[in-house]
Amino acid sequence: MHKNVTFKNPWLPYLLVLPQMAVTIVFFIWPAAQALKQSFLVEDAFGLSSEFVWFDNFVALFTDPAYYEVMINTALFSIGVTVVTMVVAMLLAVMADGVLRGKRTYQLLLTWPYAVAPAVAGVLWLFLFNPSNGVLALALRTIGYNWNHYLNGEQAMALVITAAAWPRIAYNFIFFLAALQSIPRSLIEAAAIDGAGPARRFFSVMFPLLSPTTFFLVVVNLVYAFFETFGVIHTVTQGGPGTATEILVYKVFKDGFIGLDLGSSAAQSVVLMVIVIGLTAIQFKYIERKVQY
Amino acid sequence: MLRKTVATLVLSAIAVQAQAAQEIQWWHALGGQLGETVEKMVAEYNNSQDVYEVKPVYKGNYTETMTTAIAAFRAEEQPHIVQVFEVGTATMMNAHGAIYPVHELMQETGNKDFSSEPYLDAVASYYTTQDGKLLSLPFNSSTPVMFYNKDAMKKAGLDPNQPPQTWTELADMSQKIIDADAATCGFTTGWPSWVQIENMSAWHDKPIATQANGFGGLSTELTINSDFQVGHMQNLADWQEDRIFVYGGRRGDSNPLFMNSECWAVMNSSAYYDTFAEGTNFEWGVTKLPYYANEVKEPQNSIIGGATLWVLNGHDEAEYKGVADFFEYLSSAEAQYFWHSNTGYVPITDAAFELAEERNLYASKPGKEVAVQQLTLNPPTANSKGLRLGNFVQVRDIIEQEMENIFVGKKTPQKGLDDAVTQGNKLLRKFESAND
Repeated sequence: MHKNVTFKNPWLPYLLVLPQMAVTIVFFIWPAAQALKQSFLVEDAFGLSSEFVWFDNFVALFTDPAYYEVMINTALFSIGVTVVTMVVAMLLAVMADGVLRGKRTYQLLLTWPYAVAPAVAGVLWLFLFNPSNGVLALALRTIGYNWNHYLNGEQAMALVITAAAWPRIAYNFIFFLAALQSIPRSLIEAAAIDGAGPARRFFSVMFPLLSPTTFFLVVVNLVYAFFETFGVIHTVTQGGPGTATEILVYKVFKDGFIGLDLGSSAAQSVVLMVIVIGLTAIQFKYIERKVQY
Repeated sequence: MLRKTVATLVLSAIAVQAQAAQEIQWWHALGGQLGETVEKMVAEYNNSQDVYEVKPVYKGNYTETMTTAIAAFRAEEQPHIVQVFEVGTATMMNAHGAIYPVHELMQETGNKDFSSEPYLDAVASYYTTQDGKLLSLPFNSSTPVMFYNKDAMKKAGLDPNQPPQTWTELADMSQKIIDADAATCGFTTGWPSWVQIENMSAWHDKPIATQANGFGGLSTELTINSDFQVGHMQNLADWQEDRIFVYGGRRGDSNPLFMNSECWAVMNSSAYYDTFAEGTNFEWGVTKLPYYANEVKEPQNSIIGGATLWVLNGHDEAEYKGVADFFEYLSSAEAQYFWHSNTGYVPITDAAFELAEERNLYASKPGKEVAVQQLTLNPPTANSKGLRLGNFVQVRDIIEQEMENIFVGKKTPQKGLDDAVTQGNKLLRKFESAND
């Protein structure tokens, strides 16, 4: 068997990778380059006058206390979404794995919410928690808890975390369930014979064996919370009250599309690009290496 | 009926094609029922002549429409006409190469008599140059008014035809209504910055920014942390404690509080008139915004919100003739009357208002006249012409954030408004440097 594949025509390999390259250049490299270029310019909205300002947009960004507030919000939000999603998903997966009757039905129903788009999930939760006519908001009021996420930043944050985590739980559930099913029964049975109770069996045997899945999910969930939750924020709070639920991606949109400040918006996208590159690097370099398979 | 309409539409479409009418693109931000009303007006214009055909296109909300139009301009695919909301005015008027000022358009296409004269002062003054020339065509304008629940007043033993005129009366009546269990909260407000800061300042003839609220130049600075505004925020915060005032969110988010009879009054855009007409099952009325009797003897005038039509550069002269022709139709008393009677927007010309009175519109839709009365209460002063501040979409956002900080109790009114001024001024400086 040949180890090196060779082509008779020297141009053929280039021709074969061309479509993929074209897609990458048109949809990824070119817009990224545009954003990079824009981040060094100060322009009026119509692009009639434009001035090269070096790093002014970045300096303005990092000397603005509001930007740090947004960073803290993003950290809270991402950690919140990741923790809520994974804890609930793992709990559900362990339960669903242990069910004897109607196992399929449970598993199927639990994966359904994944089909709901984030924006729609946002609207659903908004209906439930609308301070004046939401079912859950009214229920909370009858037990003496005043729910008004239009005014209360913590409540608003809790609401967007819930709305963003809910469809995501289903996705995590699938991964955990698959991982649980691949744990050899003999290991669990052996632990049981040695006298380990269900909790001990979970923490000493199953949880360590789930670690590759867990670490993979931590990274994808963080990336999800960082970049794909725009729809939830936009439909539920638009970043408010104040800037309580404004996260980095939302600020990019708000400054660029509502505020028409393209320079600052582009600078923020560049910062986000750096973050996502960092996250990916961490995933490949450390997590893949340290996890026990 | 439907079949007939469709047939007429098809026939007129064929007829138009045959004559190859000049097409005029109009991008607007009026969805739902408002959009349908726009379509009707345009259809009437298109049927009235066969030289031009106006094509209205709904492009999403105000910000989306404006952003799309700007992006289209950058790609040289811009429409002839774009509807831009009032806070985008400064951005548009400073885009010198991109816009075709309406007064020039009218002059150059042969309508030498065109002036801002027929328009209500409070409407036109928002969009004119320092020497009174219109830059864009006023179209849909509204102003905040107070809607109140007459049933709740009756239940509390108050005369429903004597709504409160001052803030003190409003607070007293709210207390009585809450005590009588006729509502669980007093009043709420929509569009917090627009109603409680921008309009309240104009209503009491107080400036919100230097340089005549920004009309005088780009070097303008906010002045909303002066005693008047701080005092007003303090009152709102104090009233919150007894639920005389309840904060219900931005834009129209607080409307449900009124429509569910939780609060007995709401201050919000007159454009919500028809929303309330359809969505409530109690008797309600409309009255002017309250004023502080210890600040002024009588209120000044309120300022508008809503949008105007801007003409974009880069098209043929023949097409601009069509735009001018269409604009004349839109400003006609009949067209404006139709618009006013079907929506909560004010008639923007004196002639249209007179026509509405003549046809007894206000007998069948009581309270619809309040917005016009409020706008025309007095000739606008430098403080009540409106405002012209760059980056104002973001500045307003900052003001509303700080108002929320005040209402949550995170900041004192003075601190909150001071912070709004500091942050807002930064954006004003940024706009100044990008546009000088």
